[in-house]
Amino acid sequence: MSSNAAQKNRQKQAIGEGPITRAILIALALAFLGVMLIAPLLVVFIEAFGRGVGVFFDSLTSPHTMSALQLTLLVAAIAVPANLVFGVAAAWAIAKFDFRGKAFLLTLIDLPFAVSPVVSGLVFVLLFGANSALGPWLDANNIKILFAVPGIVLATIFITFPFIARELIPLMQQQGSSEEEAAVSLGAGGWRTFFLVTLPNVKWGLLYGVLLCNARAMGEFGAVSVVSGHIRGQTNTLPLHIEILYHDNKAAAAFAVASLLALLALVTLAVKSILEARFAGSLAAQRRH
Amino acid sequence: MQVRVANVSKNYAGMAALSDVSLTVGSGELVALLGPSGSGKTTLLRTIAGLESPDSGVVYFDDRDASESRIQDRGVGFVFQHYALFRHMRVMDNIAFGLRARRKSKPKDGDIKKRVMELLDLVQLSGLEKRFPSQLSGGQRQRVALARALAIEPRVLLLDEPFGALDARVRKDLRRWLREIHERTGHTTLFVTHDQEEALELADRVVVMNRGQIEQSATPDEIYDTPATPFVFSFIGESSVIPVTIGNGRATLDERVIDLEIGRLPDGPAQLFLRPEDVAMVTDGGPGIPGLVVSTRRIGGMRRVTMECGLARHRIEFDASAELAIQNSQRVQVRIVGGRVYGAGQEGYATEKLAASATADFKWARAEGWLDR
Repeated sequence: MSSNAAQKNRQKQAIGEGPITRAILIALALAFLGVMLIAPLLVVFIEAFGRGVGVFFDSLTSPHTMSALQLTLLVAAIAVPANLVFGVAAAWAIAKFDFRGKAFLLTLIDLPFAVSPVVSGLVFVLLFGANSALGPWLDANNIKILFAVPGIVLATIFITFPFIARELIPLMQQQGSSEEEAAVSLGAGGWRTFFLVTLPNVKWGLLYGVLLCNARAMGEFGAVSVVSGHIRGQTNTLPLHIEILYHDNKAAAAFAVASLLALLALVTLAVKSILEARFAGSLAAQRRH
Repeated sequence: MQVRVANVSKNYAGMAALSDVSLTVGSGELVALLGPSGSGKTTLLRTIAGLESPDSGVVYFDDRDASESRIQDRGVGFVFQHYALFRHMRVMDNIAFGLRARRKSKPKDGDIKKRVMELLDLVQLSGLEKRFPSQLSGGQRQRVALARALAIEPRVLLLDEPFGALDARVRKDLRRWLREIHERTGHTTLFVTHDQEEALELADRVVVMNRGQIEQSATPDEIYDTPATPFVFSFIGESSVIPVTIGNGRATLDERVIDLEIGRLPDGPAQLFLRPEDVAMVTDGGPGIPGLVVSTRRIGGMRRVTMECGLARHRIEFDASAELAIQNSQRVQVRIVGGRVYGAGQEGYATEKLAASATADFKWARAEGWLDR
């Protein structure tokens, strides 16, 4: 064992750099992380408590903040399950079947990643706005999409569409479809095959995709900003609320709400890390197999 | 149950994976589909299983068109090349999967457990039922895959390169063991392999495939002794090929160098196929085909010699006694004592087996300039 470790060390040295180079590289990476990631995050929390704990909690419990939080959670609660279904279906179709237009579908799934969120929001304005083809009809039937919750939900679904599908497609492609074929030849129907074979094989990837999707759904700003109309207490999500507070010169309140959002993100990351550590073994086994 | 494949064709992106293949496998027969990669053997197996649907043609199980029933109801036990075990299930759940998936007459939990234990015993894996596939060796996984396929009491057992990913020793053991299981259970069995030794040793009948077509379907003995086509000859065992010209019942190379009596074959170009044992070195000064030794290597108690003959330096391999010292560039003479000539025939190939006496009245040229190069 020890001779093994020694050999490993020697190998490391053989392919690695000298100690000085290593130290410089590590310092560079840490400095970059510190300036770009950790400092901003710290600033958020420091500013949030800058005017005292009282202001902090007042900002959080103000009716507008509460309604923004509720809306954000509602939007995530609709967008994430919707994309869960879409994502799994799309990944299944792409990874396990051959059909015409597969490459096109893959490109479409990536579209929200490629397009600026503002443009994504504008697309919905053009589609459902007063001057659009659908606009008068929607108006006549008293259906409100733009500047209302449905628009926000649609924009969020659009923006977060790739997360789950993109997480699952490579995993499913790598696993191939021979296990499904085995299940079918053993007499299992489509649903049984899906729930007993396909889904268990991708459950960790799926969970990871859901976490990422959720984080983005709660944090999305650009597209939602275009379609929401910024009506306080009605169509303001947390990110929009933060911006409004900031422009109103209520920096402490803005940072207090921002810290809430940051906290949600940190919790997401923590859950992900815990899952990875807890199930590292079975994750590795899945990849190896 | 009898499996009959009738005129099946299948194309992938314009490439013919199977073209007009017909094959009948008798009830209880153990048949090997043998061929190089891309010969269509796996496609044929998957088509029988229903995992691929043919572009044209029909697969019959007994006298029923198998495409009328769903894959799930075909009753096919399929063993995949890389096992395709359900990685998140324990061995016992893998084996029980097919029994639990049954709609009609789903067995009780107790019966399933009993059956799983029986199968584990059959594949000699008792005690490993709680393991996950990742905790098993390759050979063990293969046996779990077989037990899982046998659990549904299949009417046909299909195995895709069953031993392809295993090391040589395990492969030998499993081969013998598969034969035993076949004899005990009596399933109609087809397996795909690219390993001729495996096919010849294990199967009742070997189906040699090439380019989406069946070249020959016969017993291992017939495949080796009377290969129907040049492809079968060269695919099975070692062989040397020499292009010859046929005229007046004789095959010649470069007009004189080889001159053999070959019986009745149409005139024109033909191919002479020789196995190492079809060629004997002339050591008594008698007549023979002259050649230059280009390499030798030791194979067991014999020395495998490669020599070149003819203007185009065709290579012939033969075995000589290891006691004879043979050097590279040495001139040797050989006599042909067997082999087979394939000429153009009405249906593909006409073939004649060379008589042992073919070179008895051997007349050959003196002035072989090519030997003095």
